[in-house]
Amino acid sequence: MQDILQQLEEKRAAALQAGGQKRIDSQHAKGKLTARERIELLLDGDSFEEWDMFVEHRCTDFGMADQKITGDGVITGYGTINGRLVFVFSQDFTVFGGSLSEAHAEKICKVMDQAMKVGAPLIGLNDSGGARIQEGVASLGGYAEVFQRNMLASGVVPQISLVMGPCAGGAVYSPAITDFVFMVKDSAYMFVTGPDVVKTVTHEVVTAEQLGGAITHSTKSGVSDLALENDVEALLTTRRFFNFLPASNRQKPPIWPCEDSPTREEASLDTLVPDDPAKPYDIKELITKVADEGDFFELQPDYARNIVTGFIRLEGTTVGVVANQPMVLAGCLDINSSRKGARFVRFCDAFNIPILTLVDVPGFMPGTAQEYGGIIKHGAKLLYAYAEATVPKVTLITRKAYGGAYDVMASKHLRGDVNLAWPSAEIAVMGPKGAVEIIFRKDIGDPAAIAVRTEEYREKFANPFVAASRGYIDDVIMPRQTRARVCRSLAMLRDKQLTNPWRKHGNIPL
Amino acid sequence: MFKKILIANRGEIACRIIRTARAMGIATVAVYSDADRNAMHVRLADEAVRLGPPPSAQSYLLIDAIVAACKATGAEAVHPGYGFLSEKTAFAEALAKAGVAFIGPKPHAITAMGDKIESKKLAKASGVNTIPGYTDVIDGPDHAVKIAREIGYPVMLKASAGGGGKGMRVVHNDEECHEGFERATNEAVSSFGDGRVFAEKYIEEPRHIEIQVMADAHGNTLYLNERECSIQRRHQKVLEEAPSPFLDAKTRKAMGEQAVALAKAVDYESAGTVEFIVDKNRNFYFLEMNTRLQVEHPVTEIITGLDLVELMIRVAAGEKLPLQQKDVKLNGWALEARVYAEDPFRNFLPSIGRLVYCQPPTASEFVRVDTGIEEGSEVSIFYDPMIAKLITSGSSRDQAIERMADALDAYYIRGVSHNIGFLNALVSHPRFKAGRINTNFIAEEYPDGFNAANVPQADPELPVVIAATLHCRFMDRAAKQSGQLPSHERHVGNDFVVIIGEQYHPVSVLRVAGGCEVRIAQRTHRVNLQWKFGDPLIHAVVNGRAVCFQLDRIGIRYRLTHRGAQLDVLVCTPRAAELNRRMIAKVPPDMSQFLLSPMPGLLVRLAVSVGQKLKAGEEIAVVEAMKMENSLRAATDVRISKILVEQGQSLVVDQPIVEFG
Repeated sequence: MQDILQQLEEKRAAALQAGGQKRIDSQHAKGKLTARERIELLLDGDSFEEWDMFVEHRCTDFGMADQKITGDGVITGYGTINGRLVFVFSQDFTVFGGSLSEAHAEKICKVMDQAMKVGAPLIGLNDSGGARIQEGVASLGGYAEVFQRNMLASGVVPQISLVMGPCAGGAVYSPAITDFVFMVKDSAYMFVTGPDVVKTVTHEVVTAEQLGGAITHSTKSGVSDLALENDVEALLTTRRFFNFLPASNRQKPPIWPCEDSPTREEASLDTLVPDDPAKPYDIKELITKVADEGDFFELQPDYARNIVTGFIRLEGTTVGVVANQPMVLAGCLDINSSRKGARFVRFCDAFNIPILTLVDVPGFMPGTAQEYGGIIKHGAKLLYAYAEATVPKVTLITRKAYGGAYDVMASKHLRGDVNLAWPSAEIAVMGPKGAVEIIFRKDIGDPAAIAVRTEEYREKFANPFVAASRGYIDDVIMPRQTRARVCRSLAMLRDKQLTNPWRKHGNIPL
Repeated sequence: MFKKILIANRGEIACRIIRTARAMGIATVAVYSDADRNAMHVRLADEAVRLGPPPSAQSYLLIDAIVAACKATGAEAVHPGYGFLSEKTAFAEALAKAGVAFIGPKPHAITAMGDKIESKKLAKASGVNTIPGYTDVIDGPDHAVKIAREIGYPVMLKASAGGGGKGMRVVHNDEECHEGFERATNEAVSSFGDGRVFAEKYIEEPRHIEIQVMADAHGNTLYLNERECSIQRRHQKVLEEAPSPFLDAKTRKAMGEQAVALAKAVDYESAGTVEFIVDKNRNFYFLEMNTRLQVEHPVTEIITGLDLVELMIRVAAGEKLPLQQKDVKLNGWALEARVYAEDPFRNFLPSIGRLVYCQPPTASEFVRVDTGIEEGSEVSIFYDPMIAKLITSGSSRDQAIERMADALDAYYIRGVSHNIGFLNALVSHPRFKAGRINTNFIAEEYPDGFNAANVPQADPELPVVIAATLHCRFMDRAAKQSGQLPSHERHVGNDFVVIIGEQYHPVSVLRVAGGCEVRIAQRTHRVNLQWKFGDPLIHAVVNGRAVCFQLDRIGIRYRLTHRGAQLDVLVCTPRAAELNRRMIAKVPPDMSQFLLSPMPGLLVRLAVSVGQKLKAGEEIAVVEAMKMENSLRAATDVRISKILVEQGQSLVVDQPIVEFG
């Protein structure tokens, strides 16, 4: 018995030593924390229960039999964030460069399976050089096992990936399937093929940072939802983010004690929409003034900025916000913003998070770049996502709601539960000028006549009343009362039940 | 008395005049441009008349339109406020012709004081001190010494053709004067090709002190004591106070009497201000007279207990002043700070945009907020970007200053850049508190501009205490959320580290009844937060003292603003702090090789091509912002290696335009 205890002691010490002090120092020198330190920061103090500390790889080729490090490059287990259960894995770059062996993959799969069974979120901390090449196809198999579980967990428990180091090749597809990807600036990069291969194949010279750094993926590709300054910032931010999420698709989002009055009036919202219809304004002001305590956790803030997505709380519980941003491209829907919005809507719908949609959209972006890029299919994703969503949907039209984009943005026709409008709302097939030039095409040569017709059209449609008269708008509200009206609508919808017809799965236009 | 008056102005001064008129039972008419259609002064007034499009020249400066508005509304008198038409003789004349009273001086007085040279001559003739000098050309060094002796040292020798400090010499005695004259002449020749030099009394440690006068049409002219406006930035007044911490009763009386003499010399009526420059020995010299209500008039109102606008209206209606010189009081102290939409971190460039948040401090007996805008208002490019005048008072100067600092702490503005932090740093500055000020104060104390991260705090531990307590509140609340594992709920500890910049402050926080005890090293601070989640202002009592901090949440950090300092604070567990030390400080990229856009705007011209070499001072690009073309020039000799934007593109602030190298 004494012997066993001693062995246990030794094994534990070896596991904690991971890849050795030299490699730990090298990790620190890069401004990166070790896999264990990361878990310490992510979870509540002393809440981490580690599994599989003693797992070792089974590879014997290329001298690997002599190189065994307990834990095999990944730390797995569960713990709590503010008392709420979460499963984690944290890849250890100091052990075989964090490379994924069959055993390493099995450890990850084990926590994933358990997270699914008990209905708790999964957070992966990625820092890995890639496949354990010595293991060959076994390693590839390991990846696929993880991918399969990522897919199975999708829509069942929230999955968050923190990319805190390299994540290249096939490895990228696990974060890609998860719900949210946060990357650390300067240390994380993700790409399918690295700069060397890129150079060989396409003669393109590009750095890893340019090709797949945090900035690249949070501004250009949209792969990443947030780019964070460093490890500490990333982990503490993830704790803050986690507070918004429900444990699983069987749970509602957590409820917080809230000191912000649901009837708080914001007089300044009455002047948010400028008199000049061509003048932009910042939709985020509306979001923060409606939100509890002005707290808005924005996702993808630097990607497809013509649509704004993120979480707020209303009366202490999570609400997903999707809003057109008039400050960027006039709030037009284009390929990227449609995809960004659609994925967010589907996350909210999967996890019982009500959706507040703020509409000021002049339409879809025209042009060959958009059409050749398949705006039809991409725009349809957002349409599909909204149409499919059965969670409470409250929509507010602040200004423009033109054409097909009106339909898409959680309109009444897509089962919007409560559709509100500000007095400045204009719901029409298109802007007055464009409409008149089509209806009165023969008058185009006569500017005076066009002006009269435009004014006529504006009077008829540049207001919320035509839509309201048909019941497409439930009420026209004063901007200052937006918070009160939205809060009450969501309170009414708290126990909403709606189910889509049974099917294997829908066929979203991917 | 008038039944209805029109206010030919906008913003805070229009609102302030309307308030007095209303108290006097006089109906008010506002005028407005299209930009001000929903402005506060329009809502406050009983009636409002549109003047025209936003630019002043097409609205607030239209004499005919304002006269017509008087006719249309039946206004019997016009108060011009300050700025715009307030000192335009033509306006006063046009009103007189239309039979509308002008609430201000008569046209001849405006004209007489409007000419800077004429007014100086008039002042001299009325026995008012003017700066001694010799405006003719000096023959040689000996002549210079003779003149300097007559003026009295120190004397400034100036090149007639000069400017920008070149050919300027301050001399303190005969020897310096002799040598200085030759040098000044040589410099003048080499710089301007013109060796003529003249002499003027050099004012040491100059202070700007002005006398408020008030006169009626019945020969009564009073001085309502002084205001000191020495805290200026590029000749723009920033802080004003009454009385001056510098004047004694004798000087005050002498200045007052000279001001009255000057006013009488032009048969002055209504409110006016005689500006003086005062040297370190309390010698004072006339600068100019402003024939209108001054921006900073509230400080005079507070120490005298008078309503200057009311007096102006009564005088214009032909009434006698209700008091005599001996009745003029000087009670307590008043301080005014001008809150501007400008960016102290960018050389005080005006800032425009929407006041997303604007929460002024609570008005009280000792705190007055004169403003014309509110949360949701737009600071536009068309007018002066003043947001408000904040006036505080007390029985002593120290008390007025303390109240000002507190009021500025509670003034929460977001959406446009503003100078509140800078103002607070100024009033909290030991030298200002000691009253050792002059017109060079800002230039001397802030030679490299203002940096909010670097404002000395009277109690540097205070932000640490506030941040720790605040963080505890956030953590304790997070620990109350639903969905926790039963009997494994979150337990928030007592020990934290407050990280401000490079400083790590370990603290321990004990929750006690009614607040917290924060222990830092061996010291214990008793804290009671009067704050609820979401409030931007944290009112707290720390060790029995009430303090106010502004809070913005920036991701995982708290941004605290207090007494002019802005601190980004991270509070975390001791372990997280330990790990945070491992993080590598990221050096911001070196942007010296780029020309950055200093403001958001439109790139209207890009005058260079790749490979072009430019000398320092040559124009690279022109950015249009706020209808102003700003020429961006090479700071040194450079070569353009890359052009990063296109002409006609709109730029964000700090966007690189070209790369050098």
